Amino acid sequence: MRRTRSTTHLTRWAAGTIAVAMVLAACGDDDDGASSDDLDADADLSAQSLVISNWDAYTPETLIPSFTEEFGTSVELTTHATNEEIVAKLLQSGGDGYDVAFVSAQFAEQLDDAGLLAPLDAELIPNMSKLAPEARDLPSDPGFEFSIPYTWGTTGLCYREDLVSEAPTSWNDLLQPSDDLVGKITMLQTDRWMMLPAQKSLGFSVNTTDEEELEQVADLLVAAKPNLLAFDDTTFYSRLVSGEASLVQAWDGWCNYAIAENADVRFTIPTEGSDLWADTMVILDSSQNKEAAHAFINWVLAPENHKQVAELVLYKVPNPEAMALLDPALIEQFPNLGMTPAELLEGEQLVDLGDATTRYTEIVTQVVAS
Amino acid sequence: MTSEIRSRRRRAALLEKAALLGPGAIYGAAFLLVPLGLVVVYAFMSPSRFGGVQGPATFDNVRRLAEPVYRSVIVTSVTLSAAATLIALAIGYPAAYAISRLPARWRTVAIVAVVLPFWTNFLIRMYAWIVLLNNEGLVNKVLGSLRITDDPLALMNNRPAIVLGFVYAYLPLMILPLYASIERLDPQYTEAATNLGAGPFTRFRTVVLPLTMTGVVTGSLFVFIPSLGNFIVPELLGGAKTATLGTLARDQYLKARDWPFGASVALVVLLMVVVIVGIQGRLTRRYGGTS
Repeated sequence: MRRTRSTTHLTRWAAGTIAVAMVLAACGDDDDGASSDDLDADADLSAQSLVISNWDAYTPETLIPSFTEEFGTSVELTTHATNEEIVAKLLQSGGDGYDVAFVSAQFAEQLDDAGLLAPLDAELIPNMSKLAPEARDLPSDPGFEFSIPYTWGTTGLCYREDLVSEAPTSWNDLLQPSDDLVGKITMLQTDRWMMLPAQKSLGFSVNTTDEEELEQVADLLVAAKPNLLAFDDTTFYSRLVSGEASLVQAWDGWCNYAIAENADVRFTIPTEGSDLWADTMVILDSSQNKEAAHAFINWVLAPENHKQVAELVLYKVPNPEAMALLDPALIEQFPNLGMTPAELLEGEQLVDLGDATTRYTEIVTQVVAS
Repeated sequence: MTSEIRSRRRRAALLEKAALLGPGAIYGAAFLLVPLGLVVVYAFMSPSRFGGVQGPATFDNVRRLAEPVYRSVIVTSVTLSAAATLIALAIGYPAAYAISRLPARWRTVAIVAVVLPFWTNFLIRMYAWIVLLNNEGLVNKVLGSLRITDDPLALMNNRPAIVLGFVYAYLPLMILPLYASIERLDPQYTEAATNLGAGPFTRFRTVVLPLTMTGVVTGSLFVFIPSLGNFIVPELLGGAKTATLGTLARDQYLKARDWPFGASVALVVLLMVVVIVGIQGRLTRRYGGTS
């Protein structure tokens, strides 16, 4: 089906190009390669269709139907489980088959480095102005050249107040736990976040590529591993709810899932500081439906829509107007939703490490195999 | 005239053979030989930055496997898989033997029961084990409420739990070939052994076991090899605290985006398979294979 669509599009495009070429015949060379730059603000969006890949359960239910209703663009939503999975797919296919993808900021950088992303046209995304000024300055993509943040947050400690003898304040409470917490702790499993507590505890950058620092990080993690219940990226919050774990390293939003089920759960950001992560939306350069893709991103950024994202996933969205629309009771129940952009910016943003990514995986293997 | 008929017949027979073998051969070539060939080639290439491979050819990936970290991963993986294989054999052999002694109708029921778990998604079955085994899980709740244990037993997030997961996952693959070879065992042989004065143990050791050795070897292969590559069990039941060949290969492809090294990990598994299948062939010849 996708093939039929792109074929008809191609035919139309070819016909258009020939017409333009005939008109401009006297002017000489017609540059085909520039097509990605001249987007048509008045394109018929109902003639376009989108394939969007997002994490499962990360898209508010009404977001896509309402978009289709508004613009007549048909949308196919596919899901991916991890950044790694979708990025591998996109890199291998050159992005073919997808129009919009949701990936974390450091992965958006990689895709851009690989030349897969379309430059964003700010004029087609007027709602860009709704985004917090702080979001525009993210080191991963200052000025929204190729990615628009969808959600953002940080990583901290999520714990059961009724099961810990003392409220944790430091990454060392996780890495060198008191006796009563041994075997009741989980840490995140994905490379960058597994390294983070040790990096911050030692006073290093979360983006360090210094070999001496990395070795210290590895040593600290190897020493911490025997005290862990597990490395866990997906079920740590239910372990906290069941009481199997008392203290877990968690993304702010995921800690909220535990808070939703158990009022004794608390979230805190260790004094040594933490990261700032952002999940972003990107448009593939191979997309034949770039106008609709821009319109979709613009649709997401409309405060009343972006607010639904925060309500569904309990993550902060970088859209002050949308955050202001949230029910105050929700923020009271999930205090970390109330963090301001300025507070978030105290965290250090994770950026793509290029070739050092391999070194991080190596260290993680070393820790897990120890 | 007759020779023409004969040659036509021969051609028809050839065509039939081609028609019967063709799909299998094409399938085998397309989905077995090509991917395996790619694994072998990739293992000797250099990684390209965004996944995939590029020149020049190199032995670096294979050499890297000799580093202590990766050597320990190989040893761990082989140990866990071997333990799972032995346990599956210890459970599977008596089970297959018992099933083969059932009345015909019940035999079918028993075999279906053995295969039944395969009808449910593997991931879901793993989560069921988590529900059972975690520190606040059913087993520990029952033990605690019966006051058999004070503190919850660490039933998962460790290496024994990985072995358990492997045994559970692949036990049917052990039982089926065992059943096939035990069922085919001619009762006259055991009767003859009894008549010649062999006790139950001698009968088993000198007659039954050798005659069903092909089932033992095949079943063991079916448990050992997929255990080497499984990365779900170490993750879910092992608490992601153990690196195996399966998790290592996956991480190299997805996280490090180092396909050549990932391929060389897969190559290790492939080589083990080749060696083991070679041994199996030899054993089968020795014991005059029945399956």
